[in-house]
Amino acid sequence: MKSLLQVRALSRTFGSGKRALQAVKGVSFDLAPGEIVAVVGESGSGKSTLARLILRLLSPTEGQMLLEGQDVQRIPLRTYWRSVQAVFQDPYAAFNQFYSVQRLLQKALTLFGPLPTQERKARMHLALQSVGLEPERILGKYPHQLSGGQRQRVMVARAIMLRPRLLVADEPTSALDASLRATVLNLLKDVRQKHGMSIIFITHDIGQAYYLSDRILVMYRGEVVEEGPVEQVVEQSQHPYTKRLLSDVPRFHG
Amino acid sequence: METLLSVKNLCAAYVQGGQRVRVVDGVSLELRRGEVLGIAGESGCGKSTLAQVLALLARPPLWVEQGEFWLDGTIYHLAQEHRLSRELRGCKVAMLPQGALNALNPTARIREIALEVIRAHQPKTTPQEAYARTQERLERLGLPVRVLEAYPHQLSGGMRQRVVTVISTLLNPKVLIADEPTSALDVSSQKAVVKLLRELLEQRVIEGVIFIAHDLPLLRNVADRIAIMYAGKVVELGPSREMVEASRHPYTKALVEAVLVPEPYIRQRRVEGIEGTPPDLRAPPPGCRFAPRCRYAWARCRELEPPPFGDKERFAACWLLEGMSA
Ligand SMILES: Nc1ncnc2c1ncn2[C@@H]1O[C@H](COP(=O)(O)OP(=O)(O)OP(=O)(O)O)[C@@H](O)[C@H]1O
Ligand SMILES: Nc1ncnc2c1ncn2[C@@H]1O[C@H](COP(=O)(O)OP(=O)(O)O)[C@@H](O)[C@H]1O
Ligand code: SF4
Ligand SMILES: [Mg+2]
Ligand SMILES: [Mg+2]
Repeated sequence: MKSLLQVRALSRTFGSGKRALQAVKGVSFDLAPGEIVAVVGESGSGKSTLARLILRLLSPTEGQMLLEGQDVQRIPLRTYWRSVQAVFQDPYAAFNQFYSVQRLLQKALTLFGPLPTQERKARMHLALQSVGLEPERILGKYPHQLSGGQRQRVMVARAIMLRPRLLVADEPTSALDASLRATVLNLLKDVRQKHGMSIIFITHDIGQAYYLSDRILVMYRGEVVEEGPVEQVVEQSQHPYTKRLLSDVPRFHG
Repeated sequence: METLLSVKNLCAAYVQGGQRVRVVDGVSLELRRGEVLGIAGESGCGKSTLAQVLALLARPPLWVEQGEFWLDGTIYHLAQEHRLSRELRGCKVAMLPQGALNALNPTARIREIALEVIRAHQPKTTPQEAYARTQERLERLGLPVRVLEAYPHQLSGGMRQRVVTVISTLLNPKVLIADEPTSALDVSSQKAVVKLLRELLEQRVIEGVIFIAHDLPLLRNVADRIAIMYAGKVVELGPSREMVEASRHPYTKALVEAVLVPEPYIRQRRVEGIEGTPPDLRAPPPGCRFAPRCRYAWARCRELEPPPFGDKERFAACWLLEGMSA
């Protein structure tokens, strides 16, 4: 199948000279339409930097990305963001302090140009309900009035509402309880099924990576050190870091 | 075991525009010396609010309506004592707030932040002493020395979280209240944070930890006991192992069942979250607050609130358990 996204030898260095830090080093991978790829790796391994590169919030120092075969540099940002959307790691930072939930969602919809009021309202309501939030209770609230999990779900709702081709989700469920986590992951699965959305799912929770994704990329110090179908990476891991990662997972039963 | 901190019948509400929303409703809890008490529960159920009250950080629009607070031998009536001495706050109870990784002053280096925290309570500390203490703890969390010189934005989310953990324990508080301190961390860094907390407990640098987390597998491994909250109330409490293997409250059971266990078989199953949404706390239903979502609910559940059944060590507030205990 034709790739939706091709990432080619992507690198990003912060700073220069002695202080230079290569946060992402020569990362390459392909993503098929409708495919879900999990990116796992320790803190500081470059996962969020990779996410920001893919979202074009940061420019690479080297490398290239193709969206449906086209060099992304040639695609205007607004057009690109209609296809590629994000849920950020940190629901605290991502939310404008002075925007109510309603304003935040409305602003996101302007990406699509003018929409009839009814349509806008319907989309916002549907999106909030799908993440287990009641629109009447939540639309008028400001970020400081929401709990961590509520904020995170608003951000997921926002992204889903925009129906992107590719969703880059940076730990979208880290602030959610187990039940909501299942609800949100099921929602992502269903959206993939229905609309063929591809997902880059960044997580440090191996259980979630297992549950949601088709393929896993393991990052270590900026590089992809292991890649493959979930079962293969878990059962026949090659890289010592992957092995350590798996052995540090806390056991639940027993 | 000896009680370090306890609250009785704690109620706290957000009051805004003439509306009162009680998000902590009649909570009684006990933290013992040397213990890690875990708290988990529905997003929005009031865990962070409870944490703020316990850390004596409640300020408008959050009001403590009632509740006794017992710390290391002294009773405080929280509703009356809005100006609890500064000495208590930060020194005796310290808070590691949710999302703390963004709370760091962006224009200061980590060493400057640490120095400021220490000097605010221990003015005589020299910078050398302060840096040495900070550096030693950073190293225990596997962080390089260069972190001392860094500005917050130069650190990854996980690094920042470990830095704030270190900063919150610099004053050696008796009780540390940690609100999702590990949510942003990978499993190996989680392990390091947990190990640091355990070591500080063993060395009696801190004497008790309240650990709020959504990650039940982690909580099971960290906490001695776990309390489960739903809609402002503690609905079940018990030793960690029992809470996972033999939970009694239907909400706890549903929560445990929704955990995505890191075993390959999980891929083939569809794990469902609990249907419906938690009650609107502006107008909570009479009776059991879980009733609208509970598959066992019957008439009585909708009329009468279930009291805790069991004892102080192990209880659950559910009518199914009536008669189960003395
Ligand atoms: N603006 C920046 N200036 C300097 N260094 C940076 C900057 N942003 C990130 N880094 C560094 O790049 C590395 C990767 O950071 P990144 O935030 O991408 O990690 P991560 O894998 O997402 O970690 P976490 O899971 O903890 O968020 C880290 O060592 C970090 O300190
Ligand atoms: N400043 C505030 N004003 C009004 N309501 C608030 C405020 N902060 C939190 N809430 C509400 O209180 C409830 C509990 O929030 P919180 O304690 O943060 O939950 P948790 O940490 O368990 O996710 C939520 O319904 C939230 O919307
Ligand atoms: S009291 Fe009734 S509604 Fe509440 S949890 Fe028990 S069985 Fe369910
Ligand atoms: Mg990250
Ligand atoms: Mg919270």
